[in-house]
Amino acid sequence: MSTEAPEAPAPEEPRRGTLRSSKGRMADPLFKWAVTACGTIVLVLLALMVLRTTSEAWPVFAKEGFFGFLFGDEWTSGGSRSEITGTYGAWPFIYGTLVTSTIAIVIALPLAIMVAFYLTHLAPRRLAKPLSYTVELLAAVPSVIFGLWGLHWFLPNVLRPFFELLEGVLGWFFLFEGPVRGVGYLAAGIVLAIMILPIMTAIIREVIVVHPIDQRMAAYALGSTRWEVLRHVVLPASFSGIVAAAMLGLGRALGETIAVLMLIGGSQAWGASLFGTGSSMASHIAATFGEASPEARTALMAIGVALFLVTMIVNILARVIVWRLGRMTGDAAV
Amino acid sequence: MSTMTSTPPSKHVPLNHRAPGSSFRRFKDRSATVVLTAAMVIAMIPLVLIVFEVTRRGIGVVNLDFITQTEPPPRREGGGYAAGFFGTLYIMALAVVMSIPFGIATAVYIVEYGPNRMTSAIRFFTDVMTGIPSIFVGLFVYGLLVIGWGGMGFGTFVGAVAIAVMMLPIVTRSAEEMLRLVPNEMRNASYGLGARKWQTIVHTVLPAAAPGLTTGSMLAIARGIGETAPLLLTAFGSGLVVTAFQGSAQGAVPIQLYRGAAQPFEAGVDRAWGAALCLFVLVLAFTVVARWIGSKASTGSH
Repeated sequence: MSTEAPEAPAPEEPRRGTLRSSKGRMADPLFKWAVTACGTIVLVLLALMVLRTTSEAWPVFAKEGFFGFLFGDEWTSGGSRSEITGTYGAWPFIYGTLVTSTIAIVIALPLAIMVAFYLTHLAPRRLAKPLSYTVELLAAVPSVIFGLWGLHWFLPNVLRPFFELLEGVLGWFFLFEGPVRGVGYLAAGIVLAIMILPIMTAIIREVIVVHPIDQRMAAYALGSTRWEVLRHVVLPASFSGIVAAAMLGLGRALGETIAVLMLIGGSQAWGASLFGTGSSMASHIAATFGEASPEARTALMAIGVALFLVTMIVNILARVIVWRLGRMTGDAAV
Repeated sequence: MSTMTSTPPSKHVPLNHRAPGSSFRRFKDRSATVVLTAAMVIAMIPLVLIVFEVTRRGIGVVNLDFITQTEPPPRREGGGYAAGFFGTLYIMALAVVMSIPFGIATAVYIVEYGPNRMTSAIRFFTDVMTGIPSIFVGLFVYGLLVIGWGGMGFGTFVGAVAIAVMMLPIVTRSAEEMLRLVPNEMRNASYGLGARKWQTIVHTVLPAAAPGLTTGSMLAIARGIGETAPLLLTAFGSGLVVTAFQGSAQGAVPIQLYRGAAQPFEAGVDRAWGAALCLFVLVLAFTVVARWIGSKASTGSH
């Protein structure tokens, strides 16, 4: 944009003068009013979301206390219509969400960085474009397909033998204690990693692509090898983009429902072993909502509010980090 | 600078000599290349496997019956996802009507009437909205419409509202980017001809951005088709074709797929693979066509 011929100044709305006929004089204000109304929908929706779900979930928070709800580890739903009779502690589900998302990020982030580096700097020119295009297409695949594939192909053919091997070798370590059931935290985390890999790769790739070529050329001119250029020039410059990608991937992983629901095992227990079954916040809502009593639905609503809070914090943090790093390094952040 | 001479500095090493330690640096470079290539291969394997497996298991299931017949009990073979396809079509049509006009209008407000405090707030919260978990959107619409506000119950309309809420920020963000690409010369030319602001927007800016707006809308639709979680809480799912606008539970392909895959009967799982193939093809078709329109428009205008 900046290299083009002098840009036209931003148009001012023409002043209403005597030349203008008074016919249709109300059209402009009306149009502006209509468009503004549409614009405020987003704000109204978000406000409604917060108010409606919080007020719906209020009785549960009132009975358990906010932190009692978050850290209580007993979930027994009562069948009442009008009051809260059960015990609601969301910790097993919060734990499941944290564990599966952590597994997903730990696996996917390094891979995404490496794949983005490969796509931008190493791939043969003929391969680079179709490969990055494929990666972006795969970011659009619905999560229910990942769940189906994970449960009916990946788990029995790849993950289960791998888990059994892992249990045999590292079974003495508390993270890999048996028994191996197949479904569980680790299975859900690995499939989540596969799911968030394309979107993270796409974002990191975009950030690397806009990195100015003269810095790289200067580094090459100083005699750097390709690896040194990647490590000491490209990686630091695209750091904020990588953080943004990690946060966005984390946001996805935290809120992902269907694929996790199909692979995590759906129990209400929680334990240190990664082979154990459990539930994430989102998967527990989706799994039990259909048959839940009105009272239990209120409690599920409360889980939703907690999930919303966590993802909002992650999202806003990502934005602030990107904004600050972007200002510091002056790179084109997402 | 005055000491500059034509002779090389005393420690100069000609380029065709290797510096000490260069073999280790070359080794590091080589191994980095190998590791990065391996990462690419590792990342592609599961994705290739998914495409392969969905095609292999799904291709035998999908036929005309699969689209026109309803599903028998999970144990029995045959039949199809007519209820789901009809429901998805119904829900998506409503969701498109609800989300795309508002999304584009919001983008018009941001680009044409901004920047001011209001527009930057809207931009920020649109960004925030893209990160909201889909299950929470389902809970919200459940709380707002299904049990709140007179209790509309489960149905097509509330499902469509949930999908529209998911699509709205995607449409807005992409439309905003596209409107920003319309050069100011065009706006000025329109004003110069005496057009009012709304005429400029409707007759000049929006047509100029039309291909880009189409791309963004189609990508949003591709995203909406596959959404499962919000529909579980709003449309609720149905095995029969439901034509009611609101009040009785409506089916959708992703819901049927999930329920089919979650039970242990071979026939039901087979149908789920068929549905997965259909969804996959639909989503890819929308994405590819959207990208194609987008790339054609951007090469045409420059």
